[in-house]
Amino acid sequence: MSGINDFVIKFATVNGSGSASANTMVAKTLFRMGIPVSPKNIFPSNIQGLPTWYEVRVSEAGYLARRDGIDLMVAMNPQTYAEDLAEVVPGGWLLYDSSMPRIWPRDDITLLPIPIAQICAKQWTDARQRQLFKNMVYVGALVELLSMDMEALKGVISDQLKGKEKLMTANLQAVDLGRAYAREHFSCPLAIHARAAEGAKGKIMVTGNDAGGLAAVYGGATVCAWYPITPSTSLPEAYEKYARRLRVTKEGKRLFSIVQAEDELAAIGVAIGGGWNGARSFTATSGPGISLMSEFLGLAYFAEVPVVLFNIQRGGPSTGMPTRTGQPDIISCAYASHGDTKHVLLFPADPTEVFSMGADAFDLAELLQTPVMVMSDLDIGMNDWMTDPFTWDDNKEQSRGKVLSAEQLEAFKTVKGKPWGRYLDVDGDAIPYRTLPGTHPSMGSFFTRGTSHDEYARYTEDGRIHQRVIDRIRRKFDTAATVVPKPEIDIRDKNSKTGIIYFGATRPAVLEGLDELERAGVRLNAMRLRAFPFNEDVKAFCDAHDQVFVLEQNRDAQMRSLLITEADIPANKLIAMLSYDGMPTTAAFVRKAALAHLHPEKAAAAE
Amino acid sequence: MSYIAKPSAHHPALPRNALGLTRRDYEGSMSTLCAGCGHDSITAAIIEACYEMDLPAHRIAKISGIGCSSKAPTYFLSRSHGFNSVHGRMPSVTTGANMANRDLYYIGVSGDGDTASIGLGQFCHAVRRRLNMTYIVMNNGCYGLTKGQFSATNDKNSPSKKGEANPFDAIDLCQLAIQLGAGFVARSFSGDKRQLLPLIQAAISYKGFAFIDVVSPCVTFNNHPASTKSYEYVRMHNMASENKLDYVEPQEEITAEYAEGTSTAVELHDGSQLMLYKVDGGHDPRDSDAAIHTIRTNAAKGTVVTGLLYVNEDQQDLHDVLGTDERPLNALPMSELCPGSKALEGINARLR
Repeated sequence: MSGINDFVIKFATVNGSGSASANTMVAKTLFRMGIPVSPKNIFPSNIQGLPTWYEVRVSEAGYLARRDGIDLMVAMNPQTYAEDLAEVVPGGWLLYDSSMPRIWPRDDITLLPIPIAQICAKQWTDARQRQLFKNMVYVGALVELLSMDMEALKGVISDQLKGKEKLMTANLQAVDLGRAYAREHFSCPLAIHARAAEGAKGKIMVTGNDAGGLAAVYGGATVCAWYPITPSTSLPEAYEKYARRLRVTKEGKRLFSIVQAEDELAAIGVAIGGGWNGARSFTATSGPGISLMSEFLGLAYFAEVPVVLFNIQRGGPSTGMPTRTGQPDIISCAYASHGDTKHVLLFPADPTEVFSMGADAFDLAELLQTPVMVMSDLDIGMNDWMTDPFTWDDNKEQSRGKVLSAEQLEAFKTVKGKPWGRYLDVDGDAIPYRTLPGTHPSMGSFFTRGTSHDEYARYTEDGRIHQRVIDRIRRKFDTAATVVPKPEIDIRDKNSKTGIIYFGATRPAVLEGLDELERAGVRLNAMRLRAFPFNEDVKAFCDAHDQVFVLEQNRDAQMRSLLITEADIPANKLIAMLSYDGMPTTAAFVRKAALAHLHPEKAAAAE
Repeated sequence: MSYIAKPSAHHPALPRNALGLTRRDYEGSMSTLCAGCGHDSITAAIIEACYEMDLPAHRIAKISGIGCSSKAPTYFLSRSHGFNSVHGRMPSVTTGANMANRDLYYIGVSGDGDTASIGLGQFCHAVRRRLNMTYIVMNNGCYGLTKGQFSATNDKNSPSKKGEANPFDAIDLCQLAIQLGAGFVARSFSGDKRQLLPLIQAAISYKGFAFIDVVSPCVTFNNHPASTKSYEYVRMHNMASENKLDYVEPQEEITAEYAEGTSTAVELHDGSQLMLYKVDGGHDPRDSDAAIHTIRTNAAKGTVVTGLLYVNEDQQDLHDVLGTDERPLNALPMSELCPGSKALEGINARLR
């Protein structure tokens, strides 16, 4: 049984009933009490009427991964009563609307019946209010049951109702009704409850998509085109929200442009057109969009046009699970498009990193003159994360990459000793110099094309030239490996020959799982990948270990394949650790999977 | 070998325009299309138009998709940046380019396969977005590079070279453009330079989406007498003969000749005028319903109406709609784009 500041509460509701905002208030209130929280919204691909869940893990120790085993279930959806009941741990609690009599076939949990519908029917006459305030009644009950700070909750409600102050009184009324009922009928607080703490102090709570939109503003993006697709939609929407706030002149003119395109093909086409013309441009999409954008990504790769793509991954294949998370696009993004192609991928682990990597992606795209994909996912993108505040270095050197001005074009031959050619490797780093349309009346024009071309951008069918050019583009990836974010390596035991490689949203599960393993006497060294192409640290980590788990959220161990193919890691060293049910990975999964491989007898006994 | 550079030497006596440039300065590399291809005539008209308008070539961006037509931008304006993108996607690339820099002239070149089939969606949405560009379709009713398959603009029952009749109805791109709100819609014929030249000039001057569908016979696959996209057919059935046009640049004096009763002056946003005179049947190019009616009734008779079909002299373009700054977005310094650490503190505070 969990205890103070260490429990999981789950809300089972119907989508479209207004429960999402009420549940968020609970998470935010606990967060403002200084307690680390990790909410996960588990929602259907639907607008109204289907089951939806919201889990909040509370952990003073700062463990933010999703955890199985629900301590307190708020069961508000009769459609899912049976499965919701089954998820409660023995000794746990179940809060439900007892307006209708109901039998719960379990005697190892405590029931918390509240006649919520009756309370609301008595208080309000309007049908909509009766429905909406049901949520606030159970929030009120939780204030007492979990000993939540009422002042913090008031602040959260007031923030959420900004501009609708009239609703404040009614909401607080509903909360008070819930509180009064709980005080009167239950022994409050429960054994699991909240207490003001320090772990969340100084942190922020934000979704990765909000962070990504902000990253595009800070990264200097001025052209955005997108097509709505879950779970990426809120990223371009956040870009527009922040840009309207931060990028409008005194005269009301916008220093940004955003177009909702007719499809993903057009979205990436617009972004590539903008990148070609010297604007920092981006799009955001998810798996099916990657498939549609692939032809264009190949063009941007071969014609060397900078562009940034945020891929908010979801469960595939095909339409798959649009509202569940995963990391199933590693291979399709690394090699998006036909022919020999290869793309730069960044793997942020939380919204703070979506912000920093998202902004850096624009630098990298222009530096390397190629598409850069920020590989977020539904968990990072759409869930609120307690995370470090965003930071920005005002003294950061701003570079737009190798773009020639009219003067630089005129002086090019004198300075570099070679005439300018769009695809000529002058500096030996395989990155050529580009020019933008409109730069010079008679110099620097060239024809950008996806057909094979020579160093001067002229069409060619000469196989030797073709090979020379695509070899140079491949060499550009050696340069890329030296500038992309390095992996984060955590050596827990210098003598351990076992390691784990992971990336992205699984970080909280790994950090907690490794702690659990350590308590069980197993110490694993860890490396968190942050980018593709892999740099030399990746190989060195694998060389230093005899066996390395590769944790990823897809069926086919795609990152493992990439490590074998691109970093020459022996296949027999890399042990796939795969979690692909669409839910955020848990620490228990990591612990059990590691033990099952390392100590099968112990693992079997523990089960 | 598909890239043939032209010698760059000029005859010293070649006439020069106001920028001191000769026609040669507006040319591109040698065309690799079939001899007699209608596309080359359109290329020549584009060169002539830009030369006569004294346009600085480097301020023009030429963008295309895939196909014979889309190769054409290599053959004009070598001082302009070009972008030969992917099949049917010229409109999206041009949209992004235009969003990035509103100060350039955008000439999009596409074909009937590129626009009416694979790129039909992108074409429609570029029109809807009121993109400030000149969109030229080099329309030969067939796929050239893949050896003569029918395209979606090929007229029903028009036979292929082998004599097979096209069983499907044609998509009329001009009607479609008018319906979707294009501000400037014209049709012309590659063999009628006298008409095509002023139309291209007016389209370039037009602020908003300017569309020209140019019937351009494919000499190799679709130029037999029975084809409705052949030189012979279009010359016989072109309604343009009575519909003469002149493009008048803003700085030129408008002479009395244009004030005749049979002429209409279409004034464009930059002050230039397109003079239409002896327009057949008194067609008013400001009336979109009449334009569609004229196209349809003539098509029913097997006639191709050419000339300026529709113009909305006061269209808003995408930047007007988006409310973007007058300065090109690609020229804004990072200091204006990045809100900096202080603003970020405020954002962090809201997220606590």
